Amino acid sequence: MFLINCPYCGERDQSEFSCGGEAHIVRPKQPTELSDDQWAEYLFMRKNIKGVQFERWNHAHGCRKWFNMVRDTSNDKIHAVYKMGEKPPLE
Amino acid sequence: MTKYRVNKTKHVDQTKTVSFDFDGKSYHGFEGDTLASALLSNGVHLVGRSFKYHRPRGIMSCGSEEPNAICQINEDTNLTEPNVRATEIELYEGLKASSQNCWPSVNFDIGGINNLISPFIPAGFYYKTFMWPKSFWKKIYEPLIRWSAGLGKSPTKPDPELYDHKHVHCDVLIIGGGISGIIASKISAKNNLKTILIEDKNILGGSTIFQKNENYKINDKYSGAWIDEEIAELKKLDNLTIKTRTSLAAYHSYNYLLAKENISDHLPLDKRNGGIRQRLWKIRADKVIVATGAIERPLVFNNNDRPGIMLSNSVKKYLDFYGVSCGFNNVIFTNNDSAYETAVSLKEKGISVEMIDIRKKSNSKIVKNAEKLGVKIYWNSTVVNTFGHKKINSIEIMNLSEDGSNVVGDKNRINCDCLALSGGWTPMVHMHTQSGGKLDFREIDQTFIPKEIDENHINVGSCNGDFELEEIINNTNKKVKNFLKVSETEFDNTSILNSKELDKRNLWLLPNYISEGKCKSFIDFQNDSTAKDIKLALREGFKSIEHVKRYTTTGMATDQGKLSNMHALGIIADTAGVKMGTLGTTTFRPPFTPLTFGSIVGRSVGKFFDIIRKTSIHEWHIQNNAKFENVGQWKRPWYYPIDDEDLHDAVQRESKAARDSAGILDASTLGKIDIQGTDASEFLNRVYTNAWSKLGIGKCRYGLMLNEDGMVYDDGVTTRLGENHYLMTTTTGGAANVLSKLEDYLQTEWPELDVYLTSVTDHYSTASICGPNSKKILTKIFPDKDFSDETFPHMSYQNAKIDEINCRIMRISFTGELSYEINIESKYGKSLWEKCIEAGKEFKITPYGTETMHLLRAEKGFIIVGQDTDGTMTPIDLQMDWIVSKKKYDFIGKRSLYRSDTIREDRKQLVGLLTDDPNEILEEGAQIVSDISKKPIEMIGHVTSSYFSPNLNKSIALAVVKSGKKMNGQKLIVPMENKNINVTVSDSVFLDKENKRINA
Repeated sequence: MFLINCPYCGERDQSEFSCGGEAHIVRPKQPTELSDDQWAEYLFMRKNIKGVQFERWNHAHGCRKWFNMVRDTSNDKIHAVYKMGEKPPLE
Repeated sequence: MTKYRVNKTKHVDQTKTVSFDFDGKSYHGFEGDTLASALLSNGVHLVGRSFKYHRPRGIMSCGSEEPNAICQINEDTNLTEPNVRATEIELYEGLKASSQNCWPSVNFDIGGINNLISPFIPAGFYYKTFMWPKSFWKKIYEPLIRWSAGLGKSPTKPDPELYDHKHVHCDVLIIGGGISGIIASKISAKNNLKTILIEDKNILGGSTIFQKNENYKINDKYSGAWIDEEIAELKKLDNLTIKTRTSLAAYHSYNYLLAKENISDHLPLDKRNGGIRQRLWKIRADKVIVATGAIERPLVFNNNDRPGIMLSNSVKKYLDFYGVSCGFNNVIFTNNDSAYETAVSLKEKGISVEMIDIRKKSNSKIVKNAEKLGVKIYWNSTVVNTFGHKKINSIEIMNLSEDGSNVVGDKNRINCDCLALSGGWTPMVHMHTQSGGKLDFREIDQTFIPKEIDENHINVGSCNGDFELEEIINNTNKKVKNFLKVSETEFDNTSILNSKELDKRNLWLLPNYISEGKCKSFIDFQNDSTAKDIKLALREGFKSIEHVKRYTTTGMATDQGKLSNMHALGIIADTAGVKMGTLGTTTFRPPFTPLTFGSIVGRSVGKFFDIIRKTSIHEWHIQNNAKFENVGQWKRPWYYPIDDEDLHDAVQRESKAARDSAGILDASTLGKIDIQGTDASEFLNRVYTNAWSKLGIGKCRYGLMLNEDGMVYDDGVTTRLGENHYLMTTTTGGAANVLSKLEDYLQTEWPELDVYLTSVTDHYSTASICGPNSKKILTKIFPDKDFSDETFPHMSYQNAKIDEINCRIMRISFTGELSYEINIESKYGKSLWEKCIEAGKEFKITPYGTETMHLLRAEKGFIIVGQDTDGTMTPIDLQMDWIVSKKKYDFIGKRSLYRSDTIREDRKQLVGLLTDDPNEILEEGAQIVSDISKKPIEMIGHVTSSYFSPNLNKSIALAVVKSGKKMNGQKLIVPMENKNINVTVSDSVFLDKENKRINA
């Protein structure tokens, strides 16, 4: 059970949050101009890394804000938490 | 006093007698006893039968590692509990315990035959034997295995007791109240840190508390006396919470831990007074100090499992703590020095004891002490066999060869009534590894010890591999100082006297003159797996420790292999010729000791099992005999039976009334989202499939929402309340998910939009009135309002007042009838509803529930998201092409509507179905086929909604069928268990195709 440092509320229990999968997948601005393959790449393809992964999290039972998190999936260490729109920390 | 109670101690009050029953026989013990110590004081060793071979078994240990002495307590009451360790039950007046896994009794057990046929039931016996014939499985093998498997009996009556959860935060949590835990607690609490100390026993002090030996002194006192004083001081500290009878169950990441506190399990049943039985502590600690100690290892040799064979330190604890001698003619079998403490203790009380030591010598002080007291020691020897059926009566020993791989010389028989084993110590690293910590292997004494990695968690004392008193005190002090950043402590200059162990020798499987195949050398006592089983598994090709464990079931009993895992690993390593350090261990998983279901569930039982949401009109529904349906967490009226009407009759009556005169529905549960901001219209354009920019203020529009994959996600009517203000409604079950999905897009994809979302579902109550007389009823409630079609047309909204209370009236319809929805602040919901009922009386207004609502909308072919759709239906599949804007550049899911898969023409599509016999009602979920002659029969779709329509006087159904769009008029078949129902594909709108009734 992690302790997550919500960038708006501070440290809270994991049970207040929900995970929204891989981060930094931008919705294409002109979807109608994409081929089926390009659209499928956006729609379906997600990484599932053992190691450092960039994820979207939502403080669902708190401020309801979405933010990004860098987590090592092999040991659940959270390396960074940052707001939506902010640049991901360099590895 | 019984003859086995040889010693008076301060921990057992021998003035207070406690009577209890074991296997139907009455005994006496004293206050302070455990069930195990009380049984031993009565000379009872045989307490159970082993799982597979039904061999007689006795009490082996004095703690949570106990593999044999597991009992059923208070059988045949609703408080009964199976698989409870006798070593952990505190004795109370009237306790009834019985042995498990034996029939008809522990003394004469039919299952004992398994012991005689044991050569035929080796490891993997079940996998190999019950394979064929296949037909035997259901009628013979499975019932037989089920009868013979399992340990205790689960309770069959509801648990009457209360359980509780408690959330706590602290600076430092210390697990274990032995000597190192006490030192750590004192340092922590005295340095201004909010500290919690948990201990699973009822008193602190661990194994030091009963230590009274010249060779172990702290500051010139016996270590037991020293720790007594420390505990007294500890109890005075303000910053410290001490929780005894509290065992740690799980250590999760980020220092989140679960501990179970026993509050009333030690009290007589009539003194429990309905209070809380157990409390689960959910602890988030800044820092954790693990001080869980070590468990003594048994030794593995032929017939090492008879009643009377125990662990050496347990024999000492029964003697020095409980005052009970486990035997009068003891033999201790050891590979290390610590067993000599037991020998000295016994000898000092005048009880006979001899030592068998696999080592060639030892020069430590404690061994010299034992020799001086006249304890006979057989050096370089091993036990090769034991005798005595229900209790040990003698052993056979032989000398070891130079390298310890064989036995030499003559057999020597020694009589005894108790054989104590000491195979060294295993640090309890469970907590460390549960938290994610790794282990190092220490060759010298063959132990896995914690590898420190986490800055917020350390291990101290013997769970960290420090076994000598001096090491424990000095290392604990040093580590805790470092960990808590403390510069000096009262333990800095402690003078410690202790006997150092110099000579170590470890043999995982002791050699024997009897061939290996004929030896019963138990490793896992509870699951009856032997050294032979492990070797068989290796021969059969199982290499990984995890595989060997599962194949032989070693370490998989209720004790989770606390005594067996190390020997299993050792024997695998020796046999396979690999180093134990490289072999690794099996995974330690929570809980450390079994948890009751009650403690996990806590207060979330009965009506607290889940949240119940009720509308403000709920009381009226109850008074009017509503039957309720669960929709998400909401309780919605399902139907309102009159007299002895059943569901069908009530729904037929309600549906007819709604179309013939007037019906009223509590629609308060529909999700309501208030949308405001200058970009609100643009936002709706992006989330719904249809266009919103041109919707006038005061107008309503139906919208369909897709997922990005093009599948229908939710639907509902949205009303434009102002230039930049909308009220969106969602399905009852989808409300929370829709809000969170919209928030997601707003915050992450379109942060440039000026839009604010607020859930207002609970803020408003909604009464939906439909039917040809609804306009007249509305006119009665709002006499000043003009309800003509010109000023208040379909799909529009107006503000109104009832007795100065603001309402919103939407003229929208989910039934196809002329229909109005009145929204009012929730607190006025019931009074609004009662006003509507009163005004509708002359029109026989009929309250209807969700079932009638579903029927009415099905007559009109309106879909219900989640019933007629299942996450694989596009709007095109639903034949709702009209709602998908061709002009809009983009909306959620648009691009997916022309992927190669979504444009397939043979997708399942929504159609109507009419049964050839109009009285035949299809079953929802039934499969649909077109051709039953060709096998296997192809299933081309299924029924999604089905009703008998009283307004059309025939059965109607909605279904999804492959290529259904092109099938209008085609005959299909719905095969049922006992008949085939003939159906015809029809239009999905069954009633009022011209939509005339909306303006009736």
